[in-house]
Amino acid sequence: MTTTETPASPASAGHGEVNYLNHEYGIKSWLLTLDHKRIGILYLITTTMFFALGGLFAGLIRLELMTPEGDLFQADTYNKLFTMHGVAMIFFFLIPSVPAVLGNFVLPLMIGAKDVAFPRLNLLSWYCYITGGTLASFAIVAGGVDTGWTFYTPYSSTYSTGFVSVALMGVFINGFSSILTGVNFLTTVHKMRAPGMTWFRLPLFIWAHYATSLMMILGTPVVAITLLLVALENMFGLGIFNPELGGDPILMQHLFWFYSHPAVYIMIVPGFGVISEVIACFSRKAIFGYSFVAFSSLAIALLGFLVWGHHMFTTGQSIYAGMVFSFITFFIAVPTAVKIFNWTATMYRGSIDLKSPLMYALGFIGLFLIGGLTGTFLSTLAMDIHLHDTYFVVSHFHYVMVGGMVMAYLSGLHFWWPKMMGRMYNEAWAMTGAVLIFLGFNLTFFPQFVLGYLGMPRRYHVYPEEFQILHVASTGGATVLGLGYMVLFVCLVWSLFKGAKAGPNPWTAKGLEWEIESPPTPHNFHETPIVTSEPYAYEEEDVLLADKGSH
Amino acid sequence: MSKDFSLHPELASTFALQIDLLYFLLVAISVFFTVAIVAVIIFFVIKYRRKSDDERPKPIHGSLPLELAWSIIPFFICMGVFTLGADMFFRMYRAPADALNVYVVGKQWMWKVQHPEGKREINELHVPINTPIRLTMTSEDVIHAFSIPAFRTKRDVVPGRYNTMWFEATKVGEYDLFCAEYCGTQHSTMIGRVVVMEEQDYQNWLGGGAAGESMVEAGMRHFEQLGCATCHKSQSGGRGPTLTGVYGEPVQLASGEVVVADEAYIRESILRPTSSIVNGYQPIMPTFQGQISEETLLQLITYIKSLSEAAK
Repeated sequence: MTTTETPASPASAGHGEVNYLNHEYGIKSWLLTLDHKRIGILYLITTTMFFALGGLFAGLIRLELMTPEGDLFQADTYNKLFTMHGVAMIFFFLIPSVPAVLGNFVLPLMIGAKDVAFPRLNLLSWYCYITGGTLASFAIVAGGVDTGWTFYTPYSSTYSTGFVSVALMGVFINGFSSILTGVNFLTTVHKMRAPGMTWFRLPLFIWAHYATSLMMILGTPVVAITLLLVALENMFGLGIFNPELGGDPILMQHLFWFYSHPAVYIMIVPGFGVISEVIACFSRKAIFGYSFVAFSSLAIALLGFLVWGHHMFTTGQSIYAGMVFSFITFFIAVPTAVKIFNWTATMYRGSIDLKSPLMYALGFIGLFLIGGLTGTFLSTLAMDIHLHDTYFVVSHFHYVMVGGMVMAYLSGLHFWWPKMMGRMYNEAWAMTGAVLIFLGFNLTFFPQFVLGYLGMPRRYHVYPEEFQILHVASTGGATVLGLGYMVLFVCLVWSLFKGAKAGPNPWTAKGLEWEIESPPTPHNFHETPIVTSEPYAYEEEDVLLADKGSH
Repeated sequence: MSKDFSLHPELASTFALQIDLLYFLLVAISVFFTVAIVAVIIFFVIKYRRKSDDERPKPIHGSLPLELAWSIIPFFICMGVFTLGADMFFRMYRAPADALNVYVVGKQWMWKVQHPEGKREINELHVPINTPIRLTMTSEDVIHAFSIPAFRTKRDVVPGRYNTMWFEATKVGEYDLFCAEYCGTQHSTMIGRVVVMEEQDYQNWLGGGAAGESMVEAGMRHFEQLGCATCHKSQSGGRGPTLTGVYGEPVQLASGEVVVADEAYIRESILRPTSSIVNGYQPIMPTFQGQISEETLLQLITYIKSLSEAAK
């Protein structure tokens, strides 16, 4: 795929020995690092902590819902649990996971750059994340927040008694982490591509991150302003959303969803990028319809800004506005369907090796399909009236976010793990984790579609007893799901100590990141690579820059 | 209220069957695509599994006809479903003119219901069968949502505005009533029941118990007590505009704007009189914000509506 201009440099002597993990030691070398790879690892550790925290809350919620009575927790405690589950998972895990962990690590490698365009901003983004996360965690410890992750007014601004303002400030500051990452990625993709890496030679992972970065930059300021306004109303009684002070509570929903709908695409589109890479690699095929897959990401990013009102069909907004929002929402189904069909077609006449990253990616397709198709139920105006604010929505959202996004993240994590850590995990255990997660997930969330159609409202601490059997099934599934995550965690951590050396390219994958050592050296490339061929050129011979550079 | 487990909620309104048909259509489409795609993927994984590590399959870069086909076909399916859903939504939105009015006020954490005849209830709603019912709803505090799964309908109940919903029950019985919008600590106990009765039973129920004044009578009493009548006389010439024949008609405001005098306008004019001064009048009316309850407001509005009905 590439050739190098100059012969080997002496700096790279000791092939495979000096890498970004071992060239410096000590806590300071990590906390003040400007290396995109180390920042990716910092994000990996911290987002995993928030995932564990959010998962713990989810487990407690499922335990409470085993019985119709509110016998395990007080109502207030239950309300705080589901709020903090949402806040931790959405703002501190899902939004940063793929871009900030995998994107930070592999985006510069994929385009042949030594780092991102603004390494100091990149570190600052992690500090924004950590500061925001600390504030949100403080809100939990200090007394909790019970508004739901949506922070709807006037409940959040006037009636709630929890530490709403602290949590809002946490999410606000965390928003800057997203914005800085977005700015960094856009600039990096524009300015730091290696010679020969034209726009249409970019891996689809890069296209997906480009689209995501646009959304982060355009959307995040709006939610930041909104949350600031809620906090101001909460602290100083400003009349913005409270009708008693002449405000409009529905205005907050408009502003909130203007960001938060694109935010679900901020979460899922980077996942699309991962899936494209993994399917191409494990089928040894170029992505079918490359430009359609690339532009569908951009189409989703743009259309995503025009559908916020589909969260508000029951609020009493104008029926004509409802029609427009419903129409555009259906329109998004098209680029989404295009992606699914193209991924499927990529596997046609491929050479398919069903390893754990592909297993997660195929799990993603199945679950995301169900998540997407149930989304059309909710965009159908009359249907949404019955389903809105029921468990059907809860289930749809989890199919997209956990079934879709978390599976995509895990697919990417398994795919690039050997590159990041230089070691292989145990394939059999990784498969076991993937299968347990897939089965546990379906058992947890499929019954919730039925619950929702039966009319079970979301955010209910106690519920009528006819719903119990489905809740018990769901809790059973959550147990299997939790076990799957444990297996996965142990399997990956184990590999750090006992895993076999991965070598530069364990999957015989194409792409610049696979042509250098695992783990990469501090500056990634010994020489600036020059790209001479198309992406996913799986029919061509394998090239290793690392070998060329060091022998 | 059925306590048995079932996979399907009861059908008890004119909407229920239509919504269910739409639902089954969507389920059929979803099952078709899910099964088809998953089957193809499983087939590919088996058929094209890697047999040797040297395999370098020939690349296939795409196909424009295929791309067009799998863009256009889903698009038309989506448009079909959109049209069905939007058409149904329009019918669910517009109450028939002859619908029976019932008024609902939500508060943390109960539903307060007033019937025009004066009967009041809490966490219960009694309605006659085969009669369109129009609910006019508001909240005293945070946002709630009035949800009746057996009728397949719900609507948010928002402070500071009147939202309406309508339905026509088709089956005598008792049905779950839920608050569907998260509203704080006791959100999950803000539940109740909707009782659908035969017309005669409903009339008996309305007449039973302590027969109080009707909503119009109560509204008239407040109108006198709060001193509204001092300025808003039944003929023109008072310090404020006359309210006879105003409801539902366009009003020319001092700002030059013309608005229709609906429930929201009357509410706004009582709570924040200076926000919409009628052309030719002075901004001298005191505010009633915080001084009268949502129920009293609804009674006043019902009374002012009745002035227009009488005039016709």
